[in-house]
Amino acid sequence: MTARLELSDDVLRVSGALTVASVADADAELRRLLLTNPASGLRIDLSTVDRIDTGGAVWVRRLPVVAATLGRQIEVGHLPESLLGFYEAVAKASTEVVVESESESGAKPGAEAHEPKQIEETAEHLLDRVGDRAFRDVNAALQFLYVMSDLTWATFTSLFQQRGMRRGSFVEQASIIGAQGLTIVTLVLFLVGGVSTLQAAAQLRQFGANVLVADLLAIGITRELGPLMTAIMIAGRSGSAFAAEIATMKFTEEIDALRTMAIDPLKLVAVPKMWAMLLSVPLLTIMADFVGLLGGTVTGVLSLDISPATFFNRVTNALLLKDIITGLIKSLSFAWVITIISVFRGLQFRGGAAGVGNATTSAVVSSIFAIIVLDLTWGLIFYLR
Amino acid sequence: MPTSTSSQAVVEVENLCVSYGTDDDEHRVLDGVDVWVEDGAVLCIVGGSGCGKSTLLKTIIGLVSPKSGQVRLLGEPMHELPESEQARLLKRVGVMFQYGALLNSLTVGENVALPLQMHTELAADYVDDLVRTRLELVGLGGTVNLLPSELSGGMRKRAALARAMSLEPEILFCDEPGAGLDPETAAGIDRLLLSLNDQLGMGIVVVTHELLSIDRLNGDLIMLDAGRVAYDGTVTDARQSSLEGLKRFFHPDSTNAGSAG
Repeated sequence: MTARLELSDDVLRVSGALTVASVADADAELRRLLLTNPASGLRIDLSTVDRIDTGGAVWVRRLPVVAATLGRQIEVGHLPESLLGFYEAVAKASTEVVVESESESGAKPGAEAHEPKQIEETAEHLLDRVGDRAFRDVNAALQFLYVMSDLTWATFTSLFQQRGMRRGSFVEQASIIGAQGLTIVTLVLFLVGGVSTLQAAAQLRQFGANVLVADLLAIGITRELGPLMTAIMIAGRSGSAFAAEIATMKFTEEIDALRTMAIDPLKLVAVPKMWAMLLSVPLLTIMADFVGLLGGTVTGVLSLDISPATFFNRVTNALLLKDIITGLIKSLSFAWVITIISVFRGLQFRGGAAGVGNATTSAVVSSIFAIIVLDLTWGLIFYLR
Repeated sequence: MPTSTSSQAVVEVENLCVSYGTDDDEHRVLDGVDVWVEDGAVLCIVGGSGCGKSTLLKTIIGLVSPKSGQVRLLGEPMHELPESEQARLLKRVGVMFQYGALLNSLTVGENVALPLQMHTELAADYVDDLVRTRLELVGLGGTVNLLPSELSGGMRKRAALARAMSLEPEILFCDEPGAGLDPETAAGIDRLLLSLNDQLGMGIVVVTHELLSIDRLNGDLIMLDAGRVAYDGTVTDARQSSLEGLKRFFHPDSTNAGSAG
């Protein structure tokens, strides 16, 4: 099904089917013919068109506009009687299109006069957008503070008042975050321990201080890598799940339904998650510390000339209770911040399926950023001398 | 539980205005709406898509804040109450959402039991019994342990109705109860609503645009048009009305079909 355009004298005859599938070619051919034909007052003959759909009707309706943009004047003839009713119904629904003249041969006079105004409008537009953005961000920050204080308070009060929470939801969440997350967290930390040992050994070997690798490993894993890597893994694994779950609940009106049942969604949905995180993340961190040290020891013994007993002794000598405890305090704060950010991002959800994806992504990205900022803050508090 | 005795109305809405967007880019959804629902009445709120029906419902139950105007639910000013008082009021109200809004992570039985577990001291086995009975009454016997995703659209709505009925509310709000259902299931839900009204004297407010449903419920009718009340009366009177909007609504084929949409 195609449309044919034939030019003879001053008449451009269009025949065949004018459909959404054929108008693109017809349009290109029309423009070519109009441009190569300097005559004004060209007549378009549509009497032999045998089929038309909405796309074709809109094309016909736009013919004078298209000609005008090319600086040509045309006269459009009638469609066959049998297609006229449909064409008129479409033409009535299709709004008047005003297309500004495309300058074919350089700039038009008056174009410069438009330019400063355009820049002014763009600047105004830009200011508008910056202001809008700032306003939205301030609002979001206030909402975040609200969710943070509300969730922290609800978590604290739930110690004394369990009403509003479902029995079993804490255990369920702790099992998902802790038990199910254990494998991947320990696997990653085993590898991180190994890599740290190799990198440290490569440097220390130059000074003949191979044996200090064990000290470095013990401090590095317990102070930094154990809590940090665990928190980052949990932000990716559980923070994303929290945000997706809450965003979906908003999408399916479950959060609204809870409110109308006089049930606080924060208490029912978020508080068990917060408790499960506060318990699971430090426990995972302890396991992560242990497995990280194990990974480092195995790598050290296999690749360096240190006996297992010596390496083990040095590791245990370098371990300080202070480092382990500060690591646990850090991990508690990471658990708190991941939960708050993920719940907040879930509640911020707007739109459809893509909105759920956005909520999830921003939950993970913001959580990891917050974890690193918190880690730095703790570093300054605990180790700045 | 304190109840209002000063008025016969379960819902009083006065000069309600609701808008979305910022002050510069305000989109007014409701513009001076008055609604009065008597105790034990059946009210259908109708109107074209985007006329503000669902927003009116959400404002009455406190999910949307009004820009101005008064909403009194069961005699109390819904939007002026502190959160704890709102919660107390909402326990006396049931809401059935358009798509059911069942909690997808819980079974059907757990969904229906949730309000009872949260707001009453009833023993677990009694709650269990009550939930099974309620589900049986809405024709969903044997679905207690199924997840909402395992139910059809009509079953989900009936489960949502069972949940909305959990605390024996004084008034029940339904957002498009028959939308997207086959005629038989939709009629079944309407019959359930009517029996609740008939046997328990429960007030029913239904947002709908299903003509068959409006006729079956045959109570009061409010028509919204562009955020205002275009008609307030009974379904029977509305059918005889010469109001252009009502004629178009009840006989969409006989008038200008081009404007339908």
